[in-house]
Amino acid sequence: MSALHWGILLPFIASIFIPILYKAFKRIHTGWFVLPIPIILFLFFISTLPQIKRGEVIYQTTNWIPSLDINFTVIVDGLSLLFALLITGIGSLVVLYSIYYLSKEREKLHNFYVYLLMFMGAMLGVVLSDNLIVLYMFWEFTSLSSFLLIGYWYHRERSRYGAQKSMLITVFGGLSMLGGIVILYAMGGTFSVRELITQADVLITNPMFTSAAILILLGAFTKSAQFPFHIWLPDAMEAPTPVSAYLHSATMVKAGIYLVARLTPIFAFSGYWIWFVAGIGITTLIWGSFSAIRQTDLKGILAFSTVSQLGLIMSLLGVGAAALHFPQIEDNLYIVAVVAAVFHLINHATFKGSLFMVVGIVDHETGTRDIRKLGGLMSLMPITFTIAVIGTLSMAGLPPFNGFLSKEMFFTGMLSLLTLDIFNFENWAVIFPVLAFIASTFTFTYCMILLFKTFAGKLQLEKLEKKPHEAPIGMLISPIILAALVIFFGFFPNTLTDTIIKPASAAILGNVMPMDYHLHISFWHGFQPELYMTIGVFALGFILFKTWPKWKFIYKPFTEKYSFNSLYNNGLLYMEKSSYSLVSSTMTGSIRNYLVFIFLFMVGVVSYTLFSKDAFIVSTADTAPIGFYEIVLAVIIAVASISILFVKSRLTSIIVLGAVGYTVSLFFVIFRAPDLALTQLVVETVSTALFLLCFYHLPEQFRKEERIRFKFTNLVISLGVGVMVTLIALSAHSTKLFDSISQYYVETTYTEAGGKNMVNVILVDYRGLDTMFEITVLGIAALGIYGMIKLRLTKQGGKNLNENE
Amino acid sequence: MKTNDVILQTATKVAALVIVLFSIRLFFSGHYYAGGGFVGGLMTSAAIVLIMIAYDLKTVKKIIPINYRMLIAVGLLTSISTGLLAVFNGEPFLTHYFGYFDLPILGKTSLHTASLFDLGVYLVVVGVTMTIIQSIGESE
Repeated sequence: MSALHWGILLPFIASIFIPILYKAFKRIHTGWFVLPIPIILFLFFISTLPQIKRGEVIYQTTNWIPSLDINFTVIVDGLSLLFALLITGIGSLVVLYSIYYLSKEREKLHNFYVYLLMFMGAMLGVVLSDNLIVLYMFWEFTSLSSFLLIGYWYHRERSRYGAQKSMLITVFGGLSMLGGIVILYAMGGTFSVRELITQADVLITNPMFTSAAILILLGAFTKSAQFPFHIWLPDAMEAPTPVSAYLHSATMVKAGIYLVARLTPIFAFSGYWIWFVAGIGITTLIWGSFSAIRQTDLKGILAFSTVSQLGLIMSLLGVGAAALHFPQIEDNLYIVAVVAAVFHLINHATFKGSLFMVVGIVDHETGTRDIRKLGGLMSLMPITFTIAVIGTLSMAGLPPFNGFLSKEMFFTGMLSLLTLDIFNFENWAVIFPVLAFIASTFTFTYCMILLFKTFAGKLQLEKLEKKPHEAPIGMLISPIILAALVIFFGFFPNTLTDTIIKPASAAILGNVMPMDYHLHISFWHGFQPELYMTIGVFALGFILFKTWPKWKFIYKPFTEKYSFNSLYNNGLLYMEKSSYSLVSSTMTGSIRNYLVFIFLFMVGVVSYTLFSKDAFIVSTADTAPIGFYEIVLAVIIAVASISILFVKSRLTSIIVLGAVGYTVSLFFVIFRAPDLALTQLVVETVSTALFLLCFYHLPEQFRKEERIRFKFTNLVISLGVGVMVTLIALSAHSTKLFDSISQYYVETTYTEAGGKNMVNVILVDYRGLDTMFEITVLGIAALGIYGMIKLRLTKQGGKNLNENE
Repeated sequence: MKTNDVILQTATKVAALVIVLFSIRLFFSGHYYAGGGFVGGLMTSAAIVLIMIAYDLKTVKKIIPINYRMLIAVGLLTSISTGLLAVFNGEPFLTHYFGYFDLPILGKTSLHTASLFDLGVYLVVVGVTMTIIQSIGESE
């Protein structure tokens, strides 16, 4: 365990203490205790920057389950470090912001910060793990904490709906991804990403390669809200705004992008991969920006905007994967796409983070996020307005902000596709720049809507819940820092290039990107196609904004009825309905019915296997002679069992049943199994006592059902079970597929475990794990019975639970 | 369940003690002779059930004021933490240790961590049977 491992585990460990601190220091906002954790981690990761800048990779490993090739291996390279810095950096700002956003009197802060820390640790685990299984584990942890955070205000119906939706969709993707990981393991024989990358050229020849790629992409697309799985993200906006800013814009939704980037060296050689990633990315981009325009909720606009921006980064990664096909070319065009993806990732986190915080402030200070009610806040909230201007203009792609730079590079990347002549791109590539242009126009339009509908126009005080005023300074610090970064990265993009963008791109591209690759981002490239496209976007976007809502009719065909949302809702409804009808038809509450199901199934499956495998053999080779005592005992058991059928009173039947049990224990005595005999005797005694106690609860009438058909069913099933068990017993005795392991125990019981009673030593030592789980099951059963009886009591008689204590 | 059987009650006073002592003996002899935590626990429960039948539940609760649900938890914790001992020693979960010691009075005795594990089983079995019997018997 190195410092890196502890770094990942630190948030988890801290989350244990948060509820205690919350209880102990009621008067201090719990957020102040949380704040140092991301800051410490951020500083820790920053300290590794010089090493990463030199192109080094930090590798630390510790054994976890070595026998299954699952080890907690942590690797820091450019890509991991970039994400780690985003997670801890934005994390610090979000925690600071949340201290002012969430009231310490009204909110359950301990829940909030426990979930948030859990998420932080899980996310660090995702981006730093080299082992795919460990990565998967942390991946599901992020889904889980996201679920908990979306449902944080669980008394709201929409929160619960959003939480469930995100959970179902991302966990579906996660499980597909697990399938993909297992296939990768089957092909490459390792879970380590590094080792898989070295085998990339062998893996592609494997017939399962494409299925692995598609399954893993399902995981990445659901997580990163790519079309058509994007539907969960707008509903996830029910979470508190700090959470939306952190999980659903800056970090968690980028886990899918991280995964695609991380696995690009393995899958890039497949044409499917490039087409899927680029195609789905560009579809998401245009659909997200198109849908954002018609939203009226500020967070709704930002949600769809996030969807579209994630699509943008995804499509760039798809195009960038093409770079790996041309390792020999000096001036590789597609490297630009990867650089643009990394750069835009950083920019998006800064401007979108600040915008989410601005929306949170507006919501907090006015009580609404509906743009139809808002307007004219410019003069009332000047600082918030300034931040919003910087954020939106950067998102729209205007100079001199960082969004402009990465948007230009995005166009360059898309245009570079025109020269690609593999996988049919020569025929279809032209679609990409066209769609990119249209989507950017929409992006410009919704940015303007977001900015002007909120801050310009007429103030409608009567529609607001509170009288708006500027937010407290604590709430403004975080968005100000982010907005300052937007400007800083806009003017000095080259502070980022060598320190983080180049190492991160190199991690995606591997050897294709030479160490001395010259990377320089500048405002002015001369009169290039990109510049004309940008000017076109501004002009067209401005016209669209000015004429909105006159062209609203084009949204007509996209009604709720034919959306993916209704597909999801109806699917869920239908599944619930059918499972309900299945359950209510089988779970009748009658124990006899359940026994009938169980026995019929058992008899059916076992006898089918017995005869289809031709396993029924009777051999009398090593049978012992049948003695006098055995015959006597067998007769007693037979007589007693049959007489139970004819007994009229319940008490007699219990006594006769006890006789059967005691006789069986005599069999154990004859066959020299004292332990079994002893246990059987005591079990028989205690269960008879239990039966007597149960008398009270049983209905007065004993065996009221006397119909012939009922009795006949019982007879058939009993006969079936009896015959089957007898056949199995005979065959089991006659078939010896391998030597019995009992000799092993005979030899080692004393030498290995220091005991002489083999049965007991097996129970507590050799198979201790079994015993441990058995007693756990026993405990659970006892608590279940306790709960069942006590609950029924309180319901029926209204008696207090404590009365019986 | 009110009974007033004087013969049963008098006999129980002696028998229950003998049964409990025998169950403890069964528990300890487990590693070398027939017995063990499971049978021992059941036997102890049988003794308590006998007292219950001879007297009534309320009286038994007064004599033995044990929360059997807690007993389940204590038993499970005992077993699991015995298993964890090995983990802190860097060996697989549930590795047992044993050795021979010279103890006062008892003389040379072998001590096993396995019997600590078995103690957990014993406690759980007592807890489980008594929880079930008590809650069913009480619900009148």
